[in-house]
Amino acid sequence: MSTPALVAPGAAPTWRPAPAARVPAPLIALVVVLGTAWWWLPKVGLYPYLGVEIAVWMVYAMGYNLLLGHSGLPSFGHGAFFGVGAYGFGLMQKYGVANLWLDLGAAVLAAALAGAIVAAFISHRRGIYYALLTIAFGQVAWFVAIKWHSVTGGEDGLLNLKRLPADFGFVAFDLKSNEALIAFVLVALVLVVLACWRIVHSRYGRALACVRQNETRARFLGYPVWRLKFSIFVIASMIAGLAGALFAMAQQSAYPNTMSLHQSGLIVMMVLVGGGLVSFWGPLIGAAFFILARDLLGAYTETWLFWYGLVFMALVLFKPEGLAGIGRDVAARWRARSA
Amino acid sequence: MALFEAKGLHKRFGDRVVLESVDLKFEAGTLTGIMGPNGAGKTTCFHCLTGFHRPDRGRIVFDGEEIGGLKPHEIVARGVARSFQAISLFDADTVLDNVVVALPQVRERASDPWGDLARDSEAQDRAASVLARVGLAGRERVKAKDLAYGERRALEIALALASGPRILFLDEPTSGLGPDGTARLAELVAELKRSLTLVVIEHDMRFLFGLADTIAVIHWGQVIAGGTPQALRDNPWVARSALAEVAC
Repeated sequence: MSTPALVAPGAAPTWRPAPAARVPAPLIALVVVLGTAWWWLPKVGLYPYLGVEIAVWMVYAMGYNLLLGHSGLPSFGHGAFFGVGAYGFGLMQKYGVANLWLDLGAAVLAAALAGAIVAAFISHRRGIYYALLTIAFGQVAWFVAIKWHSVTGGEDGLLNLKRLPADFGFVAFDLKSNEALIAFVLVALVLVVLACWRIVHSRYGRALACVRQNETRARFLGYPVWRLKFSIFVIASMIAGLAGALFAMAQQSAYPNTMSLHQSGLIVMMVLVGGGLVSFWGPLIGAAFFILARDLLGAYTETWLFWYGLVFMALVLFKPEGLAGIGRDVAARWRARSA
Repeated sequence: MALFEAKGLHKRFGDRVVLESVDLKFEAGTLTGIMGPNGAGKTTCFHCLTGFHRPDRGRIVFDGEEIGGLKPHEIVARGVARSFQAISLFDADTVLDNVVVALPQVRERASDPWGDLARDSEAQDRAASVLARVGLAGRERVKAKDLAYGERRALEIALALASGPRILFLDEPTSGLGPDGTARLAELVAELKRSLTLVVIEHDMRFLFGLADTIAVIHWGQVIAGGTPQALRDNPWVARSALAEVAC
């Protein structure tokens, strides 16, 4: 029973927060850019598959940022769930049913289960202990993928996976070409971005932001902190699993390297470089920047990751808000000048 | 029957006994002060009463229900709120957003991943009402981190009030406040006393003796004296202690 006199309505605030747009404008720009990637990528000397890869990593980065940027939960072994999704997709296709929807469903479900098991062990922790436990579980998953040869194919992984058609019953789309696959992954990306957008601006999202800022205060305002941390970990794992399945589809294989600590580190770098800690759109920028840097810098030097690492260090030292933060500062200066 | 009661509370950290057989009763509609020297166990006692620590032994009963061992969010849901000695807010958020998330109607739907909280104008109106009550009307848009110290104290109390408590625990609310801030806080607490059961840990004896209906003195992890402010003034233990100058 509350004390009505304490919270009775009667005063209107002098300021109200602006509601979130139903469909955010940057999403439309993203659809335009990626939706035409099959056309403009070859025109600038790149190849259509790059669009598929960028979109897949964007899906992964958006889900991951629900954890790191929005909830402040440093999961440094998240590649495990990307890999579980890839293997879930491949195993379902090879030993279960070769149906795109069922295979994708199996991947997401497998990642959700793996995420739930890990989250059950780590959700009462925070900070460095949380991070270390995620690394430990990530390494366990990677080790299992390498050693359980009869199921996972060992270091070779699962090969010759098919790009199955997207069959809606009344119409089916062939996804064998990279151009068609870009469109398919883009649809998945749009759905993931919209889901993340809604989550971040919902009551649930606000509760998670409270946990990030001050876990103790959130707990003593009555928020079930463990349950919130558990659930967002599972959601982020499911999105990582979906990204892993799309990656397996794109690569037509699933292999243990996707679960390695190195690969888990890449998603952290993408999100931080992009500015996921300060911007909802940062992970998208970071994923595109990483893949493009890999291909463009990689064309000139084998040590491209060294140069990318220097960029990462410079951003962490001088602009922790990442590329999104730089963009925001430039826009603010531009607005100030034109005002 | 008391609204809130602790019986035989015992807490130790390693080989150090911090609370030993602590009995406390808080009657509905009263303000109980808890005082004692630094390291006496006052804050640990608060932590046990509000679920931050689980007591090793003893019972904690709120409105006839045993709440000892419940998780903090379960205790809050029953109508127990608290503030912290070190101000504890959501610093990156605006004043209004801080209070909105504390409202039961928002908290109870914390698993809703769909509805936009910024569109909940009813919650914003309620939050504004609480802010007006603690003297923060017109400061809705300011980030919590940009508030003056006294305003941050007031906002912390607003958060606790917004959670819809039946009993409110305040841990050293005047800590860090100057004379003016303390006087304003005393006015606020006096006003809250009309509609809430309050328990206040405080070092400022004038503040406490001016507001409390009863006071418990904790020392070496035990309640060594208790009663009305007048009874404490007459207590020979208190009269012989450093508290005598202010109390008497």
